[in-house]
Amino acid sequence: MAKAKNNTIKLKFDSARKFAPAPESRSAAKINARYDHFINGKFEKPQSKKYFATINPATEEKLSEVADGNTADVDKAVKAARTAYDKYWKKMPGAERAKYIYRVARMLQERAREFAIIESLDGGKPIRESRDFDVPTAANHFFYYAGWADKLEYAFPNRKTQPLGVAGQIIPWNFPLLMAAWKIAPALATGNTVVLKPAESTPLTALKLAEIIQEADLPPGVVNIITGAGVTGAALVNHPGVDKIAFTGSTNVGKIIQNAIAGTPKKATLELGGKAANIIFDDAPINQAVEGVINGIFFNQGHVCCAGSRLYVQESVFKTVVQKLKDRIETLIVGEPLDKRTDIGAIKSKEQLGIINNYLKIGQKEGADMHQSSAVLPAKGFWCRPTIFTNVAQSNRIAQEEIFGPVLAIQSFRTDDEVIEKANNTPYGLSAGVWTDKGSKIFNLTTKLRAGVVWANTFNKFDPTSPFGGYKESGYGREGGLYGLNAYVKIV
Amino acid sequence: MTFLPDFSLSPHIDQVGIEERASRVTKRSIKKETKLNGLLLTLNMIDLTTLEGKDTDGKVQQMCYKARHLHDVYEGLPTVAAVCVYPSMVRTAKKAVEGSGVKVAAVATAFPSGQAPRDVKIRDTKYAVNEGADEIDMVISRGKFLQGEYNFVFDEIAAVKEACGDARLKVILETGELVTYDKVRRASDIAMYAGADFIKTSTGKIAPAATLPVTLVMLEAIRDFYYKTGKRIAMKPAGGISKSKLALHYLVLLNEVLGEEWMNNQWFRFGASSLANDVLMQIMKEKTGVYQSANYFSID
Repeated sequence: MAKAKNNTIKLKFDSARKFAPAPESRSAAKINARYDHFINGKFEKPQSKKYFATINPATEEKLSEVADGNTADVDKAVKAARTAYDKYWKKMPGAERAKYIYRVARMLQERAREFAIIESLDGGKPIRESRDFDVPTAANHFFYYAGWADKLEYAFPNRKTQPLGVAGQIIPWNFPLLMAAWKIAPALATGNTVVLKPAESTPLTALKLAEIIQEADLPPGVVNIITGAGVTGAALVNHPGVDKIAFTGSTNVGKIIQNAIAGTPKKATLELGGKAANIIFDDAPINQAVEGVINGIFFNQGHVCCAGSRLYVQESVFKTVVQKLKDRIETLIVGEPLDKRTDIGAIKSKEQLGIINNYLKIGQKEGADMHQSSAVLPAKGFWCRPTIFTNVAQSNRIAQEEIFGPVLAIQSFRTDDEVIEKANNTPYGLSAGVWTDKGSKIFNLTTKLRAGVVWANTFNKFDPTSPFGGYKESGYGREGGLYGLNAYVKIV
Repeated sequence: MTFLPDFSLSPHIDQVGIEERASRVTKRSIKKETKLNGLLLTLNMIDLTTLEGKDTDGKVQQMCYKARHLHDVYEGLPTVAAVCVYPSMVRTAKKAVEGSGVKVAAVATAFPSGQAPRDVKIRDTKYAVNEGADEIDMVISRGKFLQGEYNFVFDEIAAVKEACGDARLKVILETGELVTYDKVRRASDIAMYAGADFIKTSTGKIAPAATLPVTLVMLEAIRDFYYKTGKRIAMKPAGGISKSKLALHYLVLLNEVLGEEWMNNQWFRFGASSLANDVLMQIMKEKTGVYQSANYFSID
């Protein structure tokens, strides 16, 4: 039997991407031409009278315009939240709060299709993901925390808890609806009221959620949603009427927030950046590991704080894994997010695409070998082909810094101790992945990896019942599960 | 000299991962011309099968006519790839499909249990080949395999392959009796290194027969073998595939794991008896826009 050299054998996938388009209907989703702030149960015009546009990153078309919040808007929202807290929410029995939260969850499920379409239009993510992941998981978070609302005495046995008061919540653009659910659901369940600021580039599903909250007849002011950029966020963080800040976003902004609230009684949870290590040992189920790597870095175009962006492969299987990854990325369909075929959608913004492209240049300049799929990119919009770098060292910037795009840096390793040391050699510590068929090795690594979540033989799995959060510069505090309640109560 | 791998070291399969990946292809939307092309290709990949104790010349002749004339109302339809029968029916089938390009496959080696001595299996194979079979579908000795007698299984496949002469050899693993994905992968590796031209999931006599995850395990084994040796192996899921939609899922899986070079009946087959009519019904629906009654499609 002729033994062919590894590098001469390549599978052909030209036809793999040539499916007839299967577009989801845009008309199933209603988007207003303009959105105001949602304050005290009503949609209110911004004090500044200014609005800014939100665009579809796949076409660069304007989708809608939203209110530009200033200090006065924030003040109004925080006061509404305070009044709602004192007047209704903190006095309401948990079982009653639960009914409202359940109602939001049910309505979100009923309108799931509309939310999925808007999430894909506004955020550029494939409809397959918004439909099968973002929206159902968001609804699940509301369901889950609705269940805790009247059971807090079981969550904290033999202790009494009190809500913190008004929670100021600032969320990022990568999972706009899901992050809103992560923030709002536990806050409401524990008896807090909320002022939420969605990211300026993806405000639409949060504002749609405001419509649901209005329809669900929540007492006015329990949830307020204000839109705007960093200035609006800063006004919220610095508002003296806020008791708690919950932030998900970049480590830089996280540091600014921490500085701003130092010396105040405000509590905070910060969920920040990451540069997760995904580790493949030679005794791993290799084909499933390759799938896990693909899911780990290309899910949501790599706009995931816990993305498995650093891949460590044991040297004895290094060539095989790289060959399989190269063949696998050829089958990924890059394009129109609303098309049900699409695997990888649009990069969220021109700015983010610039950052990613800059890292591609840096990687090449550092001497790493870049390999991209041969996907044909649409002419308009912001796009990046799935990209893998080999010949990478720990000291390369592409292996150290968060790129937040579909870019994977692959390094080899030899021994368990070596890979543990390398995986922990980062300022971040949000997540990690371990691929091996050997149970004892999994436990050895999970105890030694300094990361909030360690997945074994899988990656990017989320569930309302399991906590999520970081070590080191990936932030502090946990969201999700029983631990997620901690962040919104004081134990007395 | 080529050394054989240690089959006890065949790659392990993560059950959650493989099932997740297989379910992903069921989310692919197949529409319009892609759907029609997929359906036509499916017809052309079918091994139309009758494997019953009550098979007669008459029954086989009728099926062979169907193999060549799937639905004459629709012009330009392909034929199926092959008809699959017991060795005793090979001569009848061969005559009935003569000149059509439809191949005759025979199940040999004491199908379906495979519980017979090796010389009986070899004679069974040689008989079918002499009768004119183009392809031989053999069963592995699952008992020996589960006992860990991998060399026995390997040698048996190699011996049957030799007895096949020019006939292409399909090796049936009977995955429903191997149960775990790890064992399916190991049996696939043994069969390919021993000389299989095809690896095939099932006899159709044991449930579960073909499933998407099992097929994915085998396609990945084929891919890994191809990476290592440069040699292409064909795949045949059999049993339990009776609906067009499911058949299209299999094609998506094939397309994404092995690519376009495998997308023809040289390298992929469906072992099925009732799939053809469901595919025909869908093709007519694509053409006319409405579903027709099942009575419009012949049941041979």
